[in-house]
Parts: sequence; C-alpha cells; structure tokens
Amino acid sequence: MHAVQMKGIVKRFADLTANDNIDFDLEQGEIHALLGENGAGKTTLMRILYGLYHADEGEMLINGTPAVIHSPKDAIRLGIGMVTQHFTLVPTLSVAENMVLGETGSITVNLPDVEKKVAAASERFGIPVKPQALIKHLSVGERQRVEILKALYHDARVLILDEPTAVLVPQEVEVLFDALVRLQNEGLSVIFISHHLNEVMEICDRITVLRDGHSVGTVRKVDTNLKQLANMMVGRENFGVTRQGQREKGRVELCIQGVHATDKKGLPSLKGVSLDVHQGEILGLAGVSGNGQAELSAVLCGTKKTTSGKVMVGDLNLTNAEPSAVCAAGVGRIPEDRYANMVGELSVAENLVLDQLDQFVNRGILDQEKIQENAKKLINEFQIKASPGDRVRTLSGGNMQKVMLARTLSQKPRVVIASQPTRGLDVGATDYVRTTLLEQRDNGAAVLLLSEDLEEIMALSDRIAVIYAGRIMGILPAQEATAEKLGLMMAGAPTLDRKGGVDAEI
Amino acid sequence: MELTLFLVGLIAATLRVATPLIFGTLGELFSERSGVLNLGIEGIMFLGAFTGFAVAAKTGSLWIGLLGAIVAGGLAGMLMALLSVRLGVNQHVSGLGITLLATGISLYSFRVIFGESKIPPSIEPFPMLPILPELHVLAPITNQYLLTYIGIAMIAVVWWVIGKTRFGLQIRAVGENPEAADAAGLNVYAIRTRALVIGGALMAVGGAFLTLAQLGSFTFGIIAGRGWVCIALIIFANWQSVNVLFGALIFGGVQALQLRLQTLGFKLPYELFLSLPYVVTIIALTLAGRNASAPSALLKAYRRE
Ligand SMILES: Nc1ncnc2c1ncn2[C@@H]1O[C@H](COP(=O)(O)OP(=O)(O)OP(=O)(O)O)[C@@H](O)[C@H]1O
Ligand SMILES: [Mg+2]
Repeated sequence: MHAVQMKGIVKRFADLTANDNIDFDLEQGEIHALLGENGAGKTTLMRILYGLYHADEGEMLINGTPAVIHSPKDAIRLGIGMVTQHFTLVPTLSVAENMVLGETGSITVNLPDVEKKVAAASERFGIPVKPQALIKHLSVGERQRVEILKALYHDARVLILDEPTAVLVPQEVEVLFDALVRLQNEGLSVIFISHHLNEVMEICDRITVLRDGHSVGTVRKVDTNLKQLANMMVGRENFGVTRQGQREKGRVELCIQGVHATDKKGLPSLKGVSLDVHQGEILGLAGVSGNGQAELSAVLCGTKKTTSGKVMVGDLNLTNAEPSAVCAAGVGRIPEDRYANMVGELSVAENLVLDQLDQFVNRGILDQEKIQENAKKLINEFQIKASPGDRVRTLSGGNMQKVMLARTLSQKPRVVIASQPTRGLDVGATDYVRTTLLEQRDNGAAVLLLSEDLEEIMALSDRIAVIYAGRIMGILPAQEATAEKLGLMMAGAPTLDRKGGVDAEI
Repeated sequence: MELTLFLVGLIAATLRVATPLIFGTLGELFSERSGVLNLGIEGIMFLGAFTGFAVAAKTGSLWIGLLGAIVAGGLAGMLMALLSVRLGVNQHVSGLGITLLATGISLYSFRVIFGESKIPPSIEPFPMLPILPELHVLAPITNQYLLTYIGIAMIAVVWWVIGKTRFGLQIRAVGENPEAADAAGLNVYAIRTRALVIGGALMAVGGAFLTLAQLGSFTFGIIAGRGWVCIALIIFANWQSVNVLFGALIFGGVQALQLRLQTLGFKLPYELFLSLPYVVTIIALTLAGRNASAPSALLKAYRRE
C-alpha cells in the first residue's frame, strides 16, 4: 500500500526546471531517503507534497486516492507533516501553544487539555518534550523534536524531514533516529533528506536519488552500497579528500592569546583561549557546538568584543578591530551561517564585491562592467551554478556556500577562518570546499578550521585543538589524534600535554 | 474646449499637489531602504515648511530659506538616527516622538518670531516658470514651479543613487541584512545615519515647497497628513523610486479632481470629497500592497552581540 505516490511532477522557476518529470512513491511504514546534490530539487519536491509550492504538471495520490494539495492545511488534513530546514515555531510561546497555533475550530483553547495530549504523544513516540516549556528556552535539537511532535499532534501519518541532522550534534542524531524507528513501528512513513550517506544507510529502507531535477532511480538499502549511491548522485564513486603529507611549518600568522568573551546573555563563553596558527597549516578546532566556537569566530572577525586577551595577525594587533580592518589585514572568513552572511535580496555579483567595494567603485559610482566581469570569473572558477544577476536568495545551499567561498578566497587571505564550511553540502561540494581549504594551506595561508565533524577535522588538520566550555582542552598533532582521544576531550576530559587551556580555575 | 480647459487645469493641479508628496516619499524611501521606518516624516515636513518660511522671511531670500529647510530636515533626520540607530529605540516610538517634537518646535518658534498678529505674515513665493507664453492652452501644465521639475528629476536621481552607486548598494545591503553587511566591513550605523539625514532633508523640501512656492505663507494645518500619505505611497510604490511618481500622481490627481468637483457644485457633503484621496489611497494600497516586499530589515534595530 502506498502512502504517497507522486507521478510526473514538473516544477519550473522562470527558465529553471527544478523538478523535471519526477516519480516518487512512499510505502506505508517505511523510512525513505531523498538524496541528491545541492540544488537537485529535493526541497522543491517536498514543498510540493506539503502544499507550499504547486506543481506545474503531474499528479499526487495519497493512500491510493488522487489528492489536490493547495496549501499546508490540505496536507495536514491528509495526514502529511513537514519539518522544514528553517523552523516555524513562535519563540515566545510554549510548546503546547505552538501546537494549536494553526487551529481555527473553537474560540477558546483548553491549554491543560492540549498539554495532556502533548505529553501523551511525547510518551507514546518516545520524543521527550515538556509541554509548558517556552520555545525560546529550548535547544535546536529540542525545537526539532517539538516540530516533529507538532506534526504527530495533528495526526500525521507521513512525516517529511528536510535535512534534520544538519542542525544536530551526534548525540542528538541518535535520539532522533530512535524516535524515527519508533514511528516506523507505529506504522508511520518518513521521508528523510540528508547529505550524509552513512546516515541514510543506517536508517532508511529505500533511497531515491535526484540529480539536476530528474529522478535517477529508487533502490533498496539492502541492494546498494555507499559507492553506488555516490555514483548515482554525482556520477563518480570516489569521494573524500585528505591532507597529503607533512609541511614545513612557517612562522606564526594568527596568534590568539588568553581571549575572554561573553555570549548573548552576558555569560562568559570564552575563558582564556590561546591558539597559534602557523603559515601553511590547518589547525582544526574540534568541539561540540555551543562551547564557544561561535563567539571565537565572531571575535576573530571583529563582530564581537573581547573582555580581555589579544589577537595578532602577523605583527598587526587586531584585538577588537572593526570588521573592515580585519578584512584589510588579510583575514578571510567562511562563516557558519551563510543565510546570515549574504544579502539575499542582492545579486550574486553584488554579494561577491560587498566586502571590497573600494576596488569596484569609480568616484562613488559602481563599476558595473568590472563587477560583472569579476562575477563571471569567480562563477567559472568556483563552479557556481548561477548567473551574476540571480538573487542569492534563490540559490541552493551549496551554491550559496560557493559564493561565500569565492568572495573570501578571491582576496587571497593570509589567514582563513572557516566555521562549519561544509555543513549542509553534498559530497561533491564538500570535496570541493575541502580541496580549496587544502590549497589555501599549500599556498601558505594559516587556516583555522572550526568544525563539529570529527571526520572532517581529522581529514584536513595538521594539528587538532579541542574546545570545551570556552577553554582549550589540549592540542594534538594529527598523527596522534584518534576519534576516542578527541571524543574524550570534547566531553571535557583534559589531556596532560598542554596546560595552556586548563586554567587554575577548574 | 471646456473639457480641454478642465483637463489642463486638472493636470496642472495634479502636478502641484504631487510635488511635496514626491519629495516626502523619496525621503522616506531613503530611510526605509536602509531599514528604518521614519514616522517623523509628518513633523519633519512641518518643520521644513516652517523653517523655509521663517528663514526666507527674515533673510529675504527664498533660496536661503530652502537651504534652511534642508539643514533643519537633515538635523531632524540625524536626531532620528541617534535615537533609532545609535540608541536602538523602537522605530515607531522614536519616529512619532520626532513628529511631536518637530511640530512643537515649529509652532513655538513661529510664535516667538512672528508674534500673534491678526494678518498672517506672508512672503513673495517662487514664481512659476514661464516656459510657454501665458495664453497658450498648455501653459498651465508646463508653467510649473522649478521645485516641481526638480522633484520629478529627483526621482531619476534617487533611482540612480540607489541602484548605481556605492552608497546605494550599501543602503540596500544594510536594509536587507545588516549582520551580513557588518561582517563584510560596512559601517551599518554610519550608512543608516547618512540615509536618514538625506531622507530628512528631502522631506523638509517637500514641506518647504508649500510655504516657499505654493502658498507664500505658513499656517498651522499646512501639512495636513501629507506625511502619512507618503508612508502609504511608499508601500504602494513597493519601495521602488520610479513607482513613487505614479503613486504621487494618482493621489495628486484624485485630490485635484476632488477640489474641482466641489467647486462645480456637486451637492454632497464636502467631507466626503475631502476623504476621497484617502479612500483611493487605501484601495490602491490593498491592490498593490499584496505583493509588496519591504526591505527585510525594516523596523529592526541593529545591535552587535
Ligand atoms: N523560490 C524559488 N525561486 C527560484 N528558484 C528556486 C526557488 N526555490 C528553489 N529554486 C531553485 O530550484 C533548484 C532546486 O532547489 P532545491 O531547494 O529544491 O534544492 P535541494 O535539492 O533542496 O538543495 P539543497 O541540498 O542545497 O537544500 C535550485 O537551483 C534553486 O536555485
Ligand atoms: Mg534543500
């Protein structure tokens, strides 16, 4: 029995065909993965199923009966729930209040009743959530659980999860997978989008691969392997980039000394961080998110003030310098949140010159020709699938990241600060970004790589530092680092080989 | 012939009514594209009308009067920037505060400077440009005030500044995503401040047009909600400078028509006529406002963490 059948779905955006005659079916009680490169059309297909977009052609059957889905309301009525890449909860309301936001049936809301129902659903599906908690007090992982619960609360029988693991730390991924298996046992069907092939192989029954808006095919997990999936996705089997060989260390290019800073709420989040990054090396900074990485990268980029400590680039003191001064000193950054670091309404060409306007302005007037030329050159060089005039908002995640990368690296920075540079990217784009970072290193740049992905850190870094609760727990040369050692340090166990991070305060 | 005369008169009046709206809306456009809703517009136009008049009356020069209005408007814009950009005060609150303050200061200064006299003081206003001979049929249309022509030219200038210059790109960037702009090394505060100062100056010129050109005198009800109309027009124009012209002309046209219908002696309560332009504005807004896309950062004070 098919819970969902989509037949011959076509969706065009102006002259771009995001979905080109796609067939997709979902069986009752299966977890079905949707794989594909950035911009392959996965989100678009699911938005059509959930009523957020309308297909130009094609038909949909829900539980075997033809269905017309005009809006999410229709989808919810048909038992379909979706957790989007960006959450849609109201932060100032409680979990229970968020559950009934869309309801229009009655004038009054019987909150205790709702809370009881939420608690019951949370118990039944093994998704721990407190109904009275305010959303703004919840972590990202908890918010995601609320989103899932919201769908279940509305009696969803089909659950769409768009890159749910992109925002989670490894422990939370485990919790999520446990919940999904329980849902499956209850007879629900799940559509799961991810770029991590091993996650897909761990949890899914069947896998559909999209490429350039076409469906490449659907395979059963038991019949396939990682290589075949990679081949279906990007047309080649081998992926993965690793650092080759040891390099002669240059002089210290980025020097961070005893930096202290506070977080949004004014609580100390960096407690005396000291790091040296040499020319021609990648220093990986591992750590579970929320241990001070965001604040450290903000301090290094000039968007956050330190309360004490010092930041030097070469001989230049950049402590608490303005972002423009940091830029001018040759520090390039690849930020974690690309949505927050691009101006979506501006074009690709305009975003590419935003931090170096002086070079593209002639007596205050934009030099359009030069800006276009620059865009064409970088689009070509970084293989960005977009034209100079496209608004950045309409680009897929991977292409947006490439724009960011192009802007930063085209200025030949001496120091590169890369935060989660491959989060949400497909295997092809991930390889591309990693290769580019290694190129920077080989050209003599000092690269600080902040990532939660241990595999990434170990593949790229010459040395690996671990941050925990705002302190550096230790620094290991890459040869000595193992996942177990790093894992322990990430959980807060200090090592003995460096006392710099382990203050007397502990 | 009668109809031609009627139409010519209507068009001529439309352009006159539209002029202050064009300046005001362009001023608001600068502010809003940079991410700041400036509700001080009503007061700043009033301040412009008063300052222009007072300076012109005291110096005897209309041009120095106009300059005075520009300076006063720019200062009011700077105060708005101090409150809403630097100090991060809620934009509605600071804007309404500026309107109250600017209105109050103007009224008070008027009393101090001109005293309480029976006959309201007046000046010799700007003349209309004699482009066609006075008796030509089309003369009423072409022979407008210089400021009307400047206003229309200003639309092109603003379009060019926003779209083609570094400053324009900076304004768009901080109005859409100030975090990204800051990280790219743009000074969000300085750019918004400059946009508000220029915006304030333009609003004040809109007000000064009334005293220095159209009327030659200053009355307390001179602005009469024109600032609020500009706030509506900018939504109608979807924040695009070129559309400002159409918005201002539609409103101006209905206003001019309304006056003519009244004088033609239609037997209806005159309040009904007075409300006509606003009704049309509301209808136009409902139609145009549906796919309006405001600058993403509008109303959001920018704070570094
Ligand atoms: N609203 C839109 N307007 C114009 N183009 C769009 C719009 N939404 C998506 N696109 C385009 O459609 C294509 C498919 O996008 P989609 O978001 O479905 O990709 P995806 O497979 O989800 O990628 P990712 O893994 O990066 O999230 C992309 O080229 C994208 O630029
Ligand atoms: Mg997507």
